[in-house]
Amino acid sequence: MINPKAKTAVKNTLIYLTLTTFALFFVIPFLWILSTSLKGNEQIFVIPPQWIPSTFMWDNYAKVFERIPFLLYVKNSVFISLIVITGTVLSSSIVAYSFACLNWPGRNALFVVVLASMMLPMQVTMIPVFVIFKEIGWLNSFKPLTLPAFLGGGAFNIFLLRQFFLSIPRDLLDSARIDGCSEFRIYWNIVLPNAKPALATVSILTFMFTWNDFLGPLIYLSDQAKGTIALGLGMFVGQYVTEWSLLMAASMLMMLPMLIIFFVFQKYFIQGFIMSGLKD
Amino acid sequence: MINFGLNKLSKQQARTGLIFMMPWFIGFLIFGLYPMVMSVYYSLCRYDVLRIPQFIGFGNYEKLILEDPYFWTSISNTLVYTALRVPLCIIGSLLLAVLVNNAVRGVKFFRTVFFIPSIVTGVVLSVVWLWMFNPQFGLLNSFLAYMGISGPLWLLDPNWSKPSMVLMSVWSIGGGRMLVFLAALQGIPKHLYEAVDIDGGGWWAKFRNVTVPMISPVLFLWSVLEIIFSLQVFVEAYVMTQGGPLNSTMFYNLYLYNKAFNDFEMGYASALAWILMIISLIITIIQFRLSKNWVHYDGGAK
Repeated sequence: MINPKAKTAVKNTLIYLTLTTFALFFVIPFLWILSTSLKGNEQIFVIPPQWIPSTFMWDNYAKVFERIPFLLYVKNSVFISLIVITGTVLSSSIVAYSFACLNWPGRNALFVVVLASMMLPMQVTMIPVFVIFKEIGWLNSFKPLTLPAFLGGGAFNIFLLRQFFLSIPRDLLDSARIDGCSEFRIYWNIVLPNAKPALATVSILTFMFTWNDFLGPLIYLSDQAKGTIALGLGMFVGQYVTEWSLLMAASMLMMLPMLIIFFVFQKYFIQGFIMSGLKD
Repeated sequence: MINFGLNKLSKQQARTGLIFMMPWFIGFLIFGLYPMVMSVYYSLCRYDVLRIPQFIGFGNYEKLILEDPYFWTSISNTLVYTALRVPLCIIGSLLLAVLVNNAVRGVKFFRTVFFIPSIVTGVVLSVVWLWMFNPQFGLLNSFLAYMGISGPLWLLDPNWSKPSMVLMSVWSIGGGRMLVFLAALQGIPKHLYEAVDIDGGGWWAKFRNVTVPMISPVLFLWSVLEIIFSLQVFVEAYVMTQGGPLNSTMFYNLYLYNKAFNDFEMGYASALAWILMIISLIITIIQFRLSKNWVHYDGGAK
């Protein structure tokens, strides 16, 4: 007869063992990247690999800025991200307000179109959109990457915010209407302040996407001075494929803002996935 | 009187509603509907962007299907990648969700740790794993050598290149997908498990007869999404292998990109885009048909 206490103890030990194994599997690559980024060339090509560099080459991080215009790339990426976040938050929220809080003929039919447009693969629209921007002479500028954000801000974000806005009590909006509040003021002064968590989720997911976006800049930005950090890193691989310490240092630099944002705003990440994944 | 007031109010609301949704509508016309129509038209043309499109009927489609060996290579590469990646990622995330659903102390900490790799995507993910996969000095083969195993060439071996990219995506199984599965697991009523206990069933019976059916709608939704995502794989191949070695990672979208933006065969690339769209649609429809056999809504009938 096994005593139930011992059974629980064995079970818990097994759980912790499995948890720890997975944790190592997930974390070790980060340590490996960090370790490589601080090594000199002669230390990288050593078998078996050393985990702790004999001398810490902090210099590698400085070299990244010298080899490629990294600071400029960061600046461009930050600039593009800020504009895209602003456009996305403003336009997806006002559209979501219209779909969630206002009654107008054809609303439900058009919302189906919003949902259906999520299914349209980017490849189908990519080429004609490229032709449009080429015709109006916007190639090699940030406009094709930023301005579309102001026109709807993406079907997924509209969907996410609409779900959230639906949970705001109707009485709150109706009493404001009876008091003679304009719809814009209700949207701006009542709905938006009440939806801060959802807006945070949208902003963070938008930042992650824009910061990492590779295809957009690849298609639209041919001038090196216009490059983004994702594009810069992608090109860096081609040019310096054997300089692993510099590549890893650059990767660390690109990951850093994402990691910081994750640790600061963890709950919004989680909320975004739960909101989008479970409700329908 | 009141009626009149309400009417006026609702008319006003309708007008405001239409104005507020305009940004999306204009965006949809410019970046959705118009490009869709133009894409159909371009796919029926020879078009290099510099000269005006020249109508050639179904010429692109004929050439693709009958004469272009790369088209078939890229389709088979993409399907193999999808067939390997989707089950592994869905099952991996599910098992991980079951694991972190155990109410042991400190499990929240582990959930956070598991989530972190999924933040790393696209170019950074590719660059970092390019180094991990380095046959001589990379982490994987160093580890295998330590275990006394001589590791493969990974991305440099045509037989290993696709499995390598799949393995890389296993690093991210603890992300959003796992969180959604976890939330679904936590919504399963406890008494269902107790019923299995009474019947004398073990953990497998619980997993098979309670867990999987109860969360089948979520599993189904994510299988549909993950297949669509996997069919669109691009950045990994562009950054890590440029389609090599021996075209073993020439995925569909990489081929499409090359046709459109290296060769400037925009008509041909548009035809490629529509074929991918049709393939995705067919697979999704098949999944919906098959779902009737295994997806349970509201824990009730199939």
